[in-house]
Amino acid sequence: MTGYLVRRVLELVPTALVIIAASFALVRLAPGSPFSSEKEISPEIRRQLEAKYGFDRPLPEQFVRYVRNLLQGDLGLSTKYPQRSVNEIIATGFPVTLSLAAVALVWSLLVGMTAGIIGAVRQNTVWDHSAMMAALVGISVPSFVLGPLLVLLFSLRLQMLPPAGWGDWRHLILPGLTLGTIYAASIARLTRGGMLEVIRSDYIRTARAKGLAERLVITRHMLRGGLLPVVSYLGPAIASMLTGSVVVEKIFNLPGIGPYFVDAAFNRDYFLVMGIVLLYAFFLLLMNLVVDLLYGLLDPRIDHA
Amino acid sequence: MATTTDTVLEVCDLRTHFHTDDGLVKAVDGVSFSVRRGETLGLVGESGSGKSVACLSALRLVPTPPAAHPSGVIRFAGKDLLTLPERDLERLRGNRLAMIFQDPLTALNPYLSVGRQLTEVLEVHEGATPAAARRAAIEMLTRVGIPAAGQRIDQYPHQFSGGMRQRVMIAMALLCGPEVLFADEPTTALDVTIQAQILDLIGELQASLGTAVVLVTHDLGVVAGTADRVAVMYAGRIVEEGTTAEVFANPLHPYTQGLLASMPRIDTPSRQRLAAIPGLPPDLGQLPSGCPFHPRCQQAGDRCRQAYPEVVIASPTHRAACWETEAVS
Repeated sequence: MTGYLVRRVLELVPTALVIIAASFALVRLAPGSPFSSEKEISPEIRRQLEAKYGFDRPLPEQFVRYVRNLLQGDLGLSTKYPQRSVNEIIATGFPVTLSLAAVALVWSLLVGMTAGIIGAVRQNTVWDHSAMMAALVGISVPSFVLGPLLVLLFSLRLQMLPPAGWGDWRHLILPGLTLGTIYAASIARLTRGGMLEVIRSDYIRTARAKGLAERLVITRHMLRGGLLPVVSYLGPAIASMLTGSVVVEKIFNLPGIGPYFVDAAFNRDYFLVMGIVLLYAFFLLLMNLVVDLLYGLLDPRIDHA
Repeated sequence: MATTTDTVLEVCDLRTHFHTDDGLVKAVDGVSFSVRRGETLGLVGESGSGKSVACLSALRLVPTPPAAHPSGVIRFAGKDLLTLPERDLERLRGNRLAMIFQDPLTALNPYLSVGRQLTEVLEVHEGATPAAARRAAIEMLTRVGIPAAGQRIDQYPHQFSGGMRQRVMIAMALLCGPEVLFADEPTTALDVTIQAQILDLIGELQASLGTAVVLVTHDLGVVAGTADRVAVMYAGRIVEEGTTAEVFANPLHPYTQGLLASMPRIDTPSRQRLAAIPGLPPDLGQLPSGCPFHPRCQQAGDRCRQAYPEVVIASPTHRAACWETEAVS
């Protein structure tokens, strides 16, 4: 197990290098530059600025320097916010994004798994049909529609939760529901499908033949196999919750990392774009690793020796 | 069949019908049989003759839908299993009525250790503590011939060979010392060399526990070696029933005769072709009128096409449902 873990982590190194190189190249190939904004700046100042950020050096040299700084945990300086480093921006924004994704994840798992299990256990009944109908709606409604609707109901009508902004945990509820619903819908469908595959299998019949109560048959014998598809979906889903929070953070005016990412791309804020891309990539790789490890724990037939 | 005092299970007029897109399928259509303590009843027939469904129906393990609730009466311990509340039936299943299945690889849960799958039976039915259940499980695994059971109990089904898995299934079924064991083709998925071992094992345990066994099989060779009595099923009904000796020596029903004739025998020349029953097993959704075997029967007459045959009684233990039997026997 430890050997497997070490091997997997080592395998991440070349992947990470490719991601760094590719994103560096893409960012630099984009037309324009950090200082080509509407304001005219004199060539003198421009040269000084470029020297400050090292943009006057040849590209390969800049890349080597970027990687060297990266290894020391330094993501560079933002060109848009000259007084702040990329590390600082991520340090303030990412916790908000992370807690938003956490709320969305808990919500989506709670609702999605419940709906999926009910749908499978009560297959082809009113319960099943309503759960799957709800899931279809959940997948189809975009967050920029769902978000304002939730605000309308819970903030303006019921006055239960703040409509936007950042303060305490209550500010995370509506954004979390908005972000999580689409994943809840996917998880519901995956859970139902996984459970249905298991439900008719021979070993469930064996469990019943042993005289286990239906509750025990479901919790002990069905869930493990039935939820495996959900587990493998969770890795990419969590990564996509982090990146997909952009829209929701805009709607609810949350100081997360998402809006910075969009602005940075528009402003050609090279180091900030790179920093956030690498952060997202890191989480995607991490989540996939966690899912693989979890898979090994859940399915004894997979041997991580 | 007269109900004797040591009859443990009596199935009367069992009917299990499936509602499918192609119409009503009468998988089991009026089956009656009984088993006595310590006895083995062989339930024989081709695929689709309803033998497995009959056993599953007895424990109400056929999923409804697509099946309709089985009708008839199944007497066990003074109760009717078909009308028993689900909770009461759960107390009997795996405890006093057990079942083993054809393919032990798919019948065991791949995600749970063998030990867990055994101990839960004792925990549920006997309220055993985890430690006591584990001890009993190791003991039972040893008894069914699993070497180093103390270590193997923590392994998973995929780490066992086919024969060992079926031994685990048997251990699981017999943990609570059931009065009736339904064995649904227990050796079909196994190597021929393992088959005999498993059948011997079932026989040994049956003798020491006094368990009645309903052995479902399509293999007449298995029946000849192990069963006390035989019931031959065709198209959802029992067409002939008798002691193994009676049925093998004097088969009354043309279908049974055909089955016996199609068995390879050691004393016939190996170049000789095996006799086969002409035609195909009937589509249960569209059974022919009268005797469902008549399209394949060389002795079929007009009566056979019109009405289901009356029962012909050849001896107190031997009977068959055939219009032409008198002429044959």
